[in-house]
Amino acid sequence: MTPRRRRMVAVIGGLVCLAAAAALVLTAFEQNMLYFYTPTQIASGEAPEGRRLRVGGLVERGSVRRLSGALEVRFDVTDLDRSVTVAYAGVLPDLFREGQGVVAHGWLGADGLFEADEVLARHDENYMPPEVAEMLEEKGHPPDASLR
Amino acid sequence: MRLPNWLHKFASPPHFYRIAARIEPWMLWSGLAAIAVGAFGGLLLAPPDYQQGDAYRIIYFHVPAAYLAMQLYALMAIGSAIGLIWRMKLAYAIAAAAAPVGLAFTGLALATGMLWGKPMWGAYWSWGDARLTSVLVMFFLYLGYMLLHASLEERSTADRAAGILAVVGVVNLPIIKFSVEWWSSLHQGPTISRLAAPAITWDMLWPLLVMVAGSVLFSMAVTLTRARAEVLLRERSARWVRDAAEACA
Repeated sequence: MTPRRRRMVAVIGGLVCLAAAAALVLTAFEQNMLYFYTPTQIASGEAPEGRRLRVGGLVERGSVRRLSGALEVRFDVTDLDRSVTVAYAGVLPDLFREGQGVVAHGWLGADGLFEADEVLARHDENYMPPEVAEMLEEKGHPPDASLR
Repeated sequence: MRLPNWLHKFASPPHFYRIAARIEPWMLWSGLAAIAVGAFGGLLLAPPDYQQGDAYRIIYFHVPAAYLAMQLYALMAIGSAIGLIWRMKLAYAIAAAAAPVGLAFTGLALATGMLWGKPMWGAYWSWGDARLTSVLVMFFLYLGYMLLHASLEERSTADRAAGILAVVGVVNLPIIKFSVEWWSSLHQGPTISRLAAPAITWDMLWPLLVMVAGSVLFSMAVTLTRARAEVLLRERSARWVRDAAEACA
């Protein structure tokens, strides 16, 4: 083996080992790599109990309700399969609206109510002018936020 | 495996210096022109977004910056690998020249992303998001490369040590790219990908593509200028540098 070939094997071999190590670490921490859980994952008990977690999905249409005399707002987060009711007292982001993707950070109570102390809007990867969005709406394909 | 002969000829410092000096102005001015056209198209001609209004226009700076941050990291790592394996000095010089440019674009991508995140997400930053965190890791890899390179007295030792760090950090590139597909994340998925039709209308897309092309040309021009300076510094005692200096004087 020439010295040059030895160096090449060292560099490529080192990188392959490193990639394998990184892949193993990332798989081991799979749960922690998830930024949020979907309502279906929470319903099936995949989310850790007694720990702060994030739940993500779409704000169910017609589910946003403000409790009278309080700052608290309640809404359902859905993945179009299951849904979780979120209670939150605070300022909602500009993009927050029904049908929009959101991520709530907080605690899941024993009664299934999710007490959030932070709600972030989650934007999707679609960009279009308002006229195009209206046209899609008329044709029956509302440009709803995706779940990914 | 040997490198092809034409590459060796290109990699001779005086030859590289001359070629780079000749193509640099073309890249610089065409890049700046494309950035001007792209910025005009993106900021004035493109329609507002149906949800974000005018705030989405930051993508015309954020996307090229993030794209170049990764491309320049790949350039730095490939240069370092060629230097480590084939002991090619020019490759090390190009890697060292690319690092600060890449660091600047990474910083720009992080800053523009945070400015957009505050009004859209409701937060400048969110720990736990894989895309945000892996790009921040790349920022520190660039910084680590430059600090390591600057801290070692002997240039060949500095090239090799920092080069190994650059190659190690390559593992981070696929993590950045696929973070939004492998795991649920706050950052949205890719709008433009090779496999699917772009999820953006053409009147919003073309300025973005022009901006990306212009930024690539601009960053190449800056990297070449830095690489030429690096070559001059490294070859300062060589005959051709002294001849060139005398010709200038």
